[in-house]
Amino acid sequence: MSELRRTPLYDEHVAAGARLVPFAGWEMPVQYEGVIAEHLAVREACGVFDVSHMGQIETEGPGALGLLQRLLSNDVARIAVGGAQYAVLCREDGGILDDLFTYRLAEDRYLTVTNAANHARDLAWFREHADGFDCEVRDALDAWAMLAVQGPDARRIVSGLAAGELPARLRTAPLEVAGIDCLVCGTGYTGEDGVEILCPPARAAELWRALLEAGAKPAGLGARDTLRLEACFHLYGNDMDASRNPVEAGLGWCCKEETGFIGAEAVARARAEGTAEVLVPFALTERGVPRQGNPVLGPDGEPAGVVTSGTHSPCLERGVGMAYVARALAEPGTEITIDVRGKHRAARVESRPLYAKKGG
Amino acid sequence: MAAEESYPDDLKYHPEHDWARIDGDEATFGITWYAQDQLGEVVFFEPPEVGATVTKDETYAEVESVKAVSDVIAPLSGEVIEVNEAIGDSPEKINEDPYGEGWLVRVKLSDPSEVDALLDADSYRDLLAQG
Repeated sequence: MSELRRTPLYDEHVAAGARLVPFAGWEMPVQYEGVIAEHLAVREACGVFDVSHMGQIETEGPGALGLLQRLLSNDVARIAVGGAQYAVLCREDGGILDDLFTYRLAEDRYLTVTNAANHARDLAWFREHADGFDCEVRDALDAWAMLAVQGPDARRIVSGLAAGELPARLRTAPLEVAGIDCLVCGTGYTGEDGVEILCPPARAAELWRALLEAGAKPAGLGARDTLRLEACFHLYGNDMDASRNPVEAGLGWCCKEETGFIGAEAVARARAEGTAEVLVPFALTERGVPRQGNPVLGPDGEPAGVVTSGTHSPCLERGVGMAYVARALAEPGTEITIDVRGKHRAARVESRPLYAKKGG
Repeated sequence: MAAEESYPDDLKYHPEHDWARIDGDEATFGITWYAQDQLGEVVFFEPPEVGATVTKDETYAEVESVKAVSDVIAPLSGEVIEVNEAIGDSPEKINEDPYGEGWLVRVKLSDPSEVDALLDADSYRDLLAQG
């Protein structure tokens, strides 16, 4: 096993009492005070996550739009300068390679955020397909630290440190925060309002301390996972991978086949023909905690799918998760059974999200 | 609120981070402060049935945090005569009061001489100190 990488905030995490664990090749804080306390802080006030392990790829030049339109499933031409868009990266057969946010920084300049575990593969995929497009593909992983500030108080806290107005949801803007030149994005992964802030790694600790000083509470990957699962956001590697296409993963909405992206034909076929299984959220109707890999059983006890993410929901105070199930069982309200290490737990298919933030 | 770290002197300890409070030929079992701290906030406890047989060094229950499930190892052998029903509704008691309200089961011991193999508090603290 190769050496784990540390983010520029490693010393801050240790100082804040973090429990550090290996994650996608990085040594990351899984929790500080406790997963539930951090989860509730984000739902009720404001949490700050170090997500500097996430990668960035910068694509710049007159051919940048053409290349991204070929690679990304969404219609990249629709991103205005200062805008953001979610998409998946597919193989020719529609298998999902990653899910990504892309920010349009300037007319011919885009920044795409990758999952840590996929960054090297994504970068290679971008470069492999860049021939014939007049643009440069740059690895920007080491150029940025990234902090996610999330929760109902997040915008107020960041505004208090910012030199100007924060970008709206799904918008991005260069902005001075705590005296540091940052890129602020109206995005997140918690189901709450908030921003993600990219800053130079050398200034990350300064920004982190300013956010804590202003009232944000450190939150780890444990809470990040329970928050995203309540909001029904996918986790790559759990809820989709190269063996799943976007239609069965419930991500058909971010696929615009008319753009001709790699995998568009396979996605169009899956959309037209329907898929055998579909990803659904569910909640247990009795005690227990479902876990990734638990089998799903249908009404007659027949094998009917598999849990891809499972946890205890701190807000709903019950076991919740996402599972691929046979299409016939995908309707919200359908009773299913989860086989949790040999114990049969009653569950119900739910609609998305499992938890919606207060005030809509 | 999580409890302060402690290892009471009147308990016996199993190296898998379980404790036993011996009372004649009966004993109460639970998990140690260290075990609950490693696990994090407990959200689910799956108790054995009353009447079930438990065997020293073997799993008799499961305790789950948000992130992980963990087997609970029996420090001694015997038959379960009572389970702590209250932690079904309030599993956080295991974090808040691991040696009190967070107890797990009471067991009628089948071989009280097994107690001799357990650690006292000082030896258990030494074990933790060795990492």
